[in-house]
Amino acid sequence: MSQVLLYLLAKVKKLILHFKKQNKMKEIMTVYYMEAKSARVGGRKVAWITSGGPVEPLIAMDVIPVYPENHGAMIGASKMGVGLCETAESMGYSTDLCSYARSDIACATVNGGPIGGLPRPDMLVCCNNICGTVLKWYEVQARYFDVPLFILDTPFCHVGFAQEAKRYVRKQLDEYINFLEKVCGKKMDHDRMKEVGKLSLEGQRLWQAVLDTTANRPAPMSAFDAFYHLALIVTLRGTPVVVEYYTQLLAKMKDRVAKGVGAVPNEKYRLLWDNIPIWPRTRWLSQKFAAHDACLVADTYTSAWCGTMKYIDENNFFDSMAEAYTRIYLNIGVDEMARIVIGMVDKYRVDGIVMHSNRSCKPYSLGQYDIQRIVEKERGIPSLMIEADMVDERSFSESQVATRIDAFMEVIKQRKS
Amino acid sequence: MLTAGIDIGSISTKAAVLADGRLLGSRVIFTGYNSEAAGKKVFEELLEELGLLASAVRRIVSTGYGRSSVKFVDKAVTEIICHGTGAHFLNPLVRSVIDIGGQDSKAIVLDEHGKVKNFAMNDKCAAGTGRFLEVMANALEADLDGFGEMSLKADRPAGISSLCTVFAESEVISLIAKGESRVNIIAGIHESIAARVSALANRVGIVPPVVMTGGVAKNAGVVKALEKKLGVPIEVSPFAQVNGAIGAAIIAAGLR
Ligand code: SF4
Repeated sequence: MSQVLLYLLAKVKKLILHFKKQNKMKEIMTVYYMEAKSARVGGRKVAWITSGGPVEPLIAMDVIPVYPENHGAMIGASKMGVGLCETAESMGYSTDLCSYARSDIACATVNGGPIGGLPRPDMLVCCNNICGTVLKWYEVQARYFDVPLFILDTPFCHVGFAQEAKRYVRKQLDEYINFLEKVCGKKMDHDRMKEVGKLSLEGQRLWQAVLDTTANRPAPMSAFDAFYHLALIVTLRGTPVVVEYYTQLLAKMKDRVAKGVGAVPNEKYRLLWDNIPIWPRTRWLSQKFAAHDACLVADTYTSAWCGTMKYIDENNFFDSMAEAYTRIYLNIGVDEMARIVIGMVDKYRVDGIVMHSNRSCKPYSLGQYDIQRIVEKERGIPSLMIEADMVDERSFSESQVATRIDAFMEVIKQRKS
Repeated sequence: MLTAGIDIGSISTKAAVLADGRLLGSRVIFTGYNSEAAGKKVFEELLEELGLLASAVRRIVSTGYGRSSVKFVDKAVTEIICHGTGAHFLNPLVRSVIDIGGQDSKAIVLDEHGKVKNFAMNDKCAAGTGRFLEVMANALEADLDGFGEMSLKADRPAGISSLCTVFAESEVISLIAKGESRVNIIAGIHESIAARVSALANRVGIVPPVVMTGGVAKNAGVVKALEKKLGVPIEVSPFAQVNGAIGAAIIAAGLR
C-alpha cells in the first residue's frame, strides 16, 4: 500500500512540476482531480455535492468535494455532451431532463467524458437551493453507488426570508454535521470550521473584487474569462489556494485596468449575460460578440458564488450560512432577481442584456421574460433571447443564433448612434 | 443614384432596385439549395427586366439567411433592420412590423424615425413560420396560394393544438380522416400560426399602426386570424414580400 502511495505522490509531484510551467488554473484543477481520484489511497473520503451546496463543512472535515455540475460543464466544453446525453436517453432518461444530470448519470456508468469519469463518492450531499432536479439525480446516484445521501432542504424565498425558514435550515445544518461525523467516523473540529468559513468568505470577497474590475472601461476581462476563472470559487472555496489564486488574478486585472487593456480590443458596447454559459459554444460566442466590438462585461451566473455575502456573519459563518445558502439567486422570486439584474446593469453600465433561455435549467430560465420586461421598463435597454442548452448541442442552431446576435447588435449600434 | 437590396430567405429570394428613394422594380424567385446562386440570379434577372447594367448600381446591401453568401454586395445587414427600414419607407406612420418568413417570424417595434426600438424572433421551433404552412399544404395536398381565400369560407375553424410542426401535421391528417372540411382545417392552421405570432408580438409590446411583411402576408387568412388575436387592424402593403429587399436598398443608399 505504502508503495502505491509513494508512486502516486511522485506522480502528482511530477504533474505539478509539469503544470507549473503551463497554467496555474490547469495545475490546480489537475492536482485537485488527481487527489480526488486517489483519495482512497490517501485514506480520505470523497463527497459529491451540488454546486449551490454548503461545501465548507466538507473542507473542515478533510473530505474532498467533487461537483458533478462542474463535471457537466467540462463535458459540455469538451463537446462530449451529445454522446453522453444520448447514452442517458437510451437508459430511459427523458430529453427534458437537465443535461448536467443526463451526462453525469451516463458518465458514471461508462466512465467516459473528458477525465474518464468522476472519482467514486463515499457520500452525496444535495442542496435543493438551485433546483428540484438535483433531488432525483442524487437519489439515482446514491442508489447506483450505494452510498449515504444527505439532503439539505432550503425553502424557496418568494419574498424575504421568514424566521421559520431560518430555523428550519439552521436545524438541518446540525443534522448535516451529524451525518458527516457518522460517515467519516470522527468529530467535527469547530475551530477548523471557523477557519474554513473565514477562508470561504475571503475567497468570495476576492472573487467579487475580480468581477468588479469589469466596471472599468474597457473591461479588463469578459464574462467568458469569468466562466473560466470561476472553477475555483465553486469547487475549492474555503481553502487557501482559492484566496491565493484570486489575489493574483485581482492584481493582474488591476494592472490591466491601469494600463487600459481591454478583453475586447476595441470595446464599444457592453453587455450583460444571463444564465449558464453555452459551454460547447463559449469560444464561438465570444468571437461573435468581439467581432461587433461588444464585450460581455458581467453575468448573473459567475456572480452567484459571491452573491449572498451580505448575509454572512464573518464571526459566525456556520450559523449565518443557513441564510446565505438559502437566499441564492436561483432560490428567490423573480422581482428580487430583476432587482439584482438592474443593479448589475447600473454597476457595469451595460447597453443591453443577452439572455440564454436554457432548455436544461428551468429555474434559471423561468422568469426571464418578466425580468426582460422589468429591466426594459426601468432602464430602457434592449435584451436578446438565445434559445440553447448549456451542454446538449442538439439544442443549438448556429445560423439562427448568429442572425439574432447580428440583429441585436445592429439595434444597439443604431440606438447608440 | 441607383441602389439595390437582395433578401435571400430560406424559401424565396427577393431583389429590389431604387433610384433616389423611388422603387424602380422588384423580383422574387425560389431560393433552392444554393443561396449564393439565387442571390446572383434574382439580381441579374431584375437588372435585365429593368434594362440596367450592373455597373449602374452604386451600392448593394444583402439581407436574409443567405446574406453572407453573396460576395458582390457592399454590406450584409440582418432582416430586422431591413424590414424596419422598408416598412418605414412604405409608410412612415408605421410603428410595428410583423414579418413571417420561411423559418423565422419576427415582431419589430419602430420609433418615429424608423429605427428599431425592440424586436423579438420566434424560438427555435418552426411553428408559426412559412415552413409550417408549406408542410400543412403538403399534408392537405392543397395549393398554398389558395389557402388564404379558402380559409375565409370556414364556418368553424378546426382546433390544432400541437406546437410541433410534425405533430401538427399528423393532427391535420387525422382531421382529414375524421372528415373535417378542408376550409375549416386551413382556417385552424391559420389560427394556430396567429396564436404563436401574436404571443411574440405581445411579448415585444407592439403598438399600432401595425404592418405585416413577408410572403405569408399575402395570405389573407393568416392576416385575418392575426387581427382577431391581436385586436388591431393590420395593414398589408402590395410590396409585403419584397419589403426586406426594399429596406436593404434604402440602407444601401445611406452607405458612405
Ligand atoms: S436544472 Fe439547473 S440548477 Fe438544476 S442541476 Fe440542472 S443546471 Fe443545475
